Amino acid sequence: MEHMGIEPDRLQFSWVSSAESTKFVKVVTEVTQAIKELGPNQNLVKTMPEVA
Amino acid sequence: MLSYIDKIKEISKRLLKEGQVDMVIGFRKGTLPMMNEPHFARSPEAVEHFVWDSNCGINLCNYLTSRTEKIGILAKGCDSRNIVTHIIENKIKRDQIVIIGVPCKGMIDRRKISAMFAGEIGEVIEDDNTITVKGKGFEKTIDKKDVLQQNCALCIHRNPVIHDEMVADAIEEQTDVDRYTDVREIEALSPQEKATYFEKLLEPCIRCYACRNACPLCYCPTCFTDESRPQWVGKGQDLTDVSTFHFLRAYHCAGRCTDCGACERSCPVGINMRVFTKKLEKDCLELFGWEAGLDPDVRPPLDTYKPGDPDDFIK
Ligand code: SF4
Ligand code: SF4
Ligand code: SF4
Repeated sequence: MEHMGIEPDRLQFSWVSSAESTKFVKVVTEVTQAIKELGPNQNLVKTMPEVA
Repeated sequence: MLSYIDKIKEISKRLLKEGQVDMVIGFRKGTLPMMNEPHFARSPEAVEHFVWDSNCGINLCNYLTSRTEKIGILAKGCDSRNIVTHIIENKIKRDQIVIIGVPCKGMIDRRKISAMFAGEIGEVIEDDNTITVKGKGFEKTIDKKDVLQQNCALCIHRNPVIHDEMVADAIEEQTDVDRYTDVREIEALSPQEKATYFEKLLEPCIRCYACRNACPLCYCPTCFTDESRPQWVGKGQDLTDVSTFHFLRAYHCAGRCTDCGACERSCPVGINMRVFTKKLEKDCLELFGWEAGLDPDVRPPLDTYKPGDPDDFIK
């Protein structure tokens, strides 16, 4: 993914058990934070052609 | 390599006469110079059309998929590795095929050669180390090693890894090649630069799918890119769709690609889509110590689990 030009932080993997609520919150906060810093994705975005 | 042909014909005729195989798959001269085409010899007479030179870059394993007859097949190093992959993936049975191994000294890149001359090339004659190119008003002899396909220049498995017959003694393998300089150059780019690099690379792609069709790994009855329900990827020239096709095809070849170069060779607009499969090849080697198609008895890394598999990317 990174090699395709997707920034490393934009795609994250984590393993959270249903019992690990604190870890879940932590991961979500961190991911959201990282993505906000990156801003909207610019690559591999398809724009629909203008149809008259 | 040119001297192989007598032995190729002799073995093929014997196999057909003895009824060991129903056909032998090899090469015959194409209609244009430097474009040999596959030839399926079903009788000893048909064997006479066989040729062998440095224009046999098509991967013949592509013609084995799900066949039911008994087949003799000529196999260069890379073809043999794809045959192993086919056996692992149950696309052909080992006892159904007689592999005629051809120690390979590399195939020439017809695009490199065409680019050297302004006019149309009429004839290409080769001997062991040189290629003589003739056309209207020009004639030039070039060193074969200067015009090899990039994957052949970097090839470290030139001898067949599996064979029943051999047309010649094994040749020396290259050991001092650095296979991944180009991949490392791309890895060093920033995400934005990578995106731009690939966009530029894929811009000329006309979605003809020759690369997919030439590849022995791409045998799905309906390729994801042809499906319309659901439609995974748009079918037009939109660059995002084009890139998605190429990225996904490369992923489907992960841990399986032998860098045979058939895909690149077949592209009518000369795109080097091997940069994608090579990156995955490099990753497989670095992460799992894996090279595709070396041993029919070892399962590939993507269908086995080992407790030590790298998982640093999971937080
Ligand atoms: S990749 Fe290797 S075995 Fe295949 S054609 Fe090139 S040199 Fe020969
Ligand atoms: S992806 Fe290209 S280099 Fe790899 S096995 Fe297929 S045709 Fe050969
Ligand atoms: S062969 Fe070339 S033009 Fe055709 S789909 Fe593949 S990359 Fe695109």
